[in-house]
Amino acid sequence: MVNKCVFNIEKQMNEESDREVIIRIRDGNKEAYKIIVNRYMKKAYYTALGFVGNLDDAADVSQEAFIRAYKSISRFDISKPFFPWYYKILKNVCLNYKRKRRALHEVPIEIVQDKVMSQSPGKESLSHEVWNAISKLGDDEKEIILLKYFQGLSCKEIAQELDCPIGTVMSRLYYARKQLRKKLERVIT
Amino acid sequence: MNSHEKYKMLMMKYLEGEIAKDEEREFEEHIETCDECRKEIEGFEKLKEVMKDMRYKRPSDEIWKTYWSRIYNRIERGLGWIFTSIGATILLIYGGFKGVENLIKDPGIALIAKIGILAGIAGLAILFVSVLRERIFVSKTDKYSKEVEK
Repeated sequence: MVNKCVFNIEKQMNEESDREVIIRIRDGNKEAYKIIVNRYMKKAYYTALGFVGNLDDAADVSQEAFIRAYKSISRFDISKPFFPWYYKILKNVCLNYKRKRRALHEVPIEIVQDKVMSQSPGKESLSHEVWNAISKLGDDEKEIILLKYFQGLSCKEIAQELDCPIGTVMSRLYYARKQLRKKLERVIT
Repeated sequence: MNSHEKYKMLMMKYLEGEIAKDEEREFEEHIETCDECRKEIEGFEKLKEVMKDMRYKRPSDEIWKTYWSRIYNRIERGLGWIFTSIGATILLIYGGFKGVENLIKDPGIALIAKIGILAGIAGLAILFVSVLRERIFVSKTDKYSKEVEK
């Protein structure tokens, strides 16, 4: 019986659109929210990690944003996709978190492969330098760099997430890359 | 769109591999003659090379196992906190009212002590209302919280 229920939930997770699930949540089905949370939790977590720069706090703030989204679900426009709406809430929670708490000096990134450039410093210090450079960018520039390089989104996907035209994304990406390149001049020349 | 803006856009499309054939040809012809754009694209390509090896650190799998239950518990507890707060506020107001009433009626307490206690209670009440009002004002004017409503 339990297995059947689990199977049913998994089946629903694959089949139901965000819109259908949200209608069920609005009808009072709290458990249905699990489908939305499971669908986006990793994306939410890593987005938060980029903003707060701390592995433990990223879980807390992304969960807090899911709770706020749940409380405001009646105001969500179901003709639109869920994540860009949630993203705004998450960004707000992260910015508030950063205003209220002292930034923790943790580097939440690492190098995946062994392809470190020969003239660059060691792996650890390279990721430190990259993160330091990213941290010094303006909020908008940092946001677009994180979405591009760490979430691996295309310009079209970034435009959907940020709810803005693709031309704006390209333009912001240009200036963000320019700034980042300047800050990493020592590493990438 | 001026030509600088145009090539900036083409440069981004080129880097993303989202450029059309004719645009690609145009851009490649342009960077053969424009030193500034050529240096810029070379720098961006090096940046791309460094960044493609970077990723976020992975948290322990435990996070994903408890992720939903932590959200669910907090959503459920939210209702409990609302009722608890309402109950506590009603009891506090009722108890405070009764306390003040008994204090005023009690002939065994000196007038000066009554005035002191009442002033203290009034002060606390003013502080409470003031803090509450400030919190409400901050939440209404907080630019970040307004973004959520958009």
